[in-house]
Amino acid sequence: MLLASVSFAQSLAQQVVSGIASGAIYASLALALVLIYRAMDVANFAQGEMAMFATFIAYTLITQFHLAFFAAFALTVVIAFAGGFAIERVMIRPFEGSSVLTLVIVTLGLFSIVNGLAGLIWGYVFKTFSGPFSSNSIQFGGVYIGIQDLGVIAVTLVVLSVVFLLFRFTKLGLAMRAASLYPESSRLLGVRTSRMLALGWGLSASVGAVSGMMIAPIIYLDPNMMQPILLFAFAAAVLGGIESPLGAVVGGVLVGVLLALVGTYLPGGQNLRTPFALLVIVAVLLFRPAGLFGRIEAKRV
Amino acid sequence: MRAALTSVRLSTILISVVGLVALIGIPLVTDSFQTFQFANVAAFVIVIVGLNLLTGYSGQISLGNGAFMAVGGYTTAIMAHRLGAPYALTIPLGGLIAGAFGFLIGIPALRLHGIYLALATFALALSVTPVLNNFDTFTGGHVGINLKPAAPPAGLDLSNEQWLYFVGWAIAGVLFIPATLLLHSRTGRAWMAIRDSETAAIANGVNIAFYKTLAFGISAFYAGVAGSLQIINTAYINPDNYSLGLSLSLLIGLIVGGLGNIWGPVLGGLLVVWLQYFAEKASGVHLGPVSFGGKPDIGFGLLLVIIVFLAPDGLAGLARRGMVRYGLLRTRFRAPAVIAEELPMVEPDQVRT
Repeated sequence: MLLASVSFAQSLAQQVVSGIASGAIYASLALALVLIYRAMDVANFAQGEMAMFATFIAYTLITQFHLAFFAAFALTVVIAFAGGFAIERVMIRPFEGSSVLTLVIVTLGLFSIVNGLAGLIWGYVFKTFSGPFSSNSIQFGGVYIGIQDLGVIAVTLVVLSVVFLLFRFTKLGLAMRAASLYPESSRLLGVRTSRMLALGWGLSASVGAVSGMMIAPIIYLDPNMMQPILLFAFAAAVLGGIESPLGAVVGGVLVGVLLALVGTYLPGGQNLRTPFALLVIVAVLLFRPAGLFGRIEAKRV
Repeated sequence: MRAALTSVRLSTILISVVGLVALIGIPLVTDSFQTFQFANVAAFVIVIVGLNLLTGYSGQISLGNGAFMAVGGYTTAIMAHRLGAPYALTIPLGGLIAGAFGFLIGIPALRLHGIYLALATFALALSVTPVLNNFDTFTGGHVGINLKPAAPPAGLDLSNEQWLYFVGWAIAGVLFIPATLLLHSRTGRAWMAIRDSETAAIANGVNIAFYKTLAFGISAFYAGVAGSLQIINTAYINPDNYSLGLSLSLLIGLIVGGLGNIWGPVLGGLLVVWLQYFAEKASGVHLGPVSFGGKPDIGFGLLLVIIVFLAPDGLAGLARRGMVRYGLLRTRFRAPAVIAEELPMVEPDQVRT
């Protein structure tokens, strides 16, 4: 009896740690969503597909050009930035100032194009994407913690800190924040708001690319791999408050832990993770629409 | 004024007659596979007509109507397979059960606007396949359910495909009429009022909660009937049918066909089936090192973005404007574009120069 309860506590602790690791991945994708949402009030439905495409680029760099993982990682982040910037200029800019419905439809179009393009180039066969971390685990007070989990958490922390430092301490970050909060005033003060929007897309594509490269070693690499991840990231962003970067991170970790527990302890739990994320989204929107860290907006009629 | 009215009616009659002749003629000149494809078009027209009521007229965006097709499809499959129920019974029942689901989903949807409703229905679309796989004792899981093909009644000299074609289009025609009538009734006006300004609709005494859930229920009913028909056509059901791609293709078909236009869903249904078919045909083509994948996604996506940019009222809207321009159609008023652009804002740097 005692033995059983101890092992339950251990398995619970293990699940929480691996939940935090997946949560860190959802958090980076959620942060990518929030960056674009703050800038233009639209959820980018193509965010996951952009991350998937970037991960395929990293895969090609590693397998075809024999780059070391972190060299490929860095190069992919740069390429993703350029890609996000270019997508904003070509596909989103013509629709700047359009209604929400139009922008949602355009990002859905982007979703289809990127997904189809990846299928065209790399095919729909599942591929193994080997990550930089060993799959061994270390024992810590009777609890086995995967090195991969720790690595994912560390990489995510670095990325989040870089984004935080950029927004908090650089002139560019200040201009980007100003452009998204007060576009008219910042334009009058000489901020190129439209270009800030493109930079925001680039940045968000980079952050999303990190989440793709972190999740791909855990699941298999294929053009549809990011669809459930995008849903979990949406749940994280909504839970944290879709305007709040801090909320995205906290929401991501919470959703990660919740889903790990649901997946382990509920019968048929692996299949029920997606509907559970739906439940989280609907429950948060019904009972606390601003999320944990968002602010309630007054609607002007 | 009177002359204008008559000419609208004349052109409507003309289009209807040409359409009817084409509809009856198609299965007589096509082979069995093409007839099967056109029977599928009927199912897609039905579901997109329902989606048009919801998104085009009541202004509630749904990325999840594929879920209601799944309800209709599985109602039919399980009833026919387990209970041996006749298809004539399972089609309306599939619609009704899906409609009930739609009402239920419409209730939380009342509190979700714009982007949030898009998010929630996106989650719904993604949840269908895993849920169906999870309850595999009931749904057959990955293996799916094989159904016996629907044969025409004895004495009718038609192939199975031709029979299903006529049944499908007859149902599409029957469902098209109440949808059109609804739009010209109090309900349709209430939907459009809600779509154009919810605040103004409340101020004018429109019962928003009732009409919004009604839109969800009716659109789910249409999706359920379409899901049943589609499953009877293919005589096989599997959870993978109901991927996110299905729900997305419905919305894409509607928008490219013409959001908020009565004829948009007909073009949209054709488009969804045809693009799928051409993409599959193109899958064998090799161009240098690149071989084309059997997925219609790129074509769908490009078409969608181009149409939203060039003709936000879709192909049907484009055709309508063309006909008005060349005097084939006279109108007293223009239907407002659903995707309304906001007023152009004067850029500060434009002021300076």
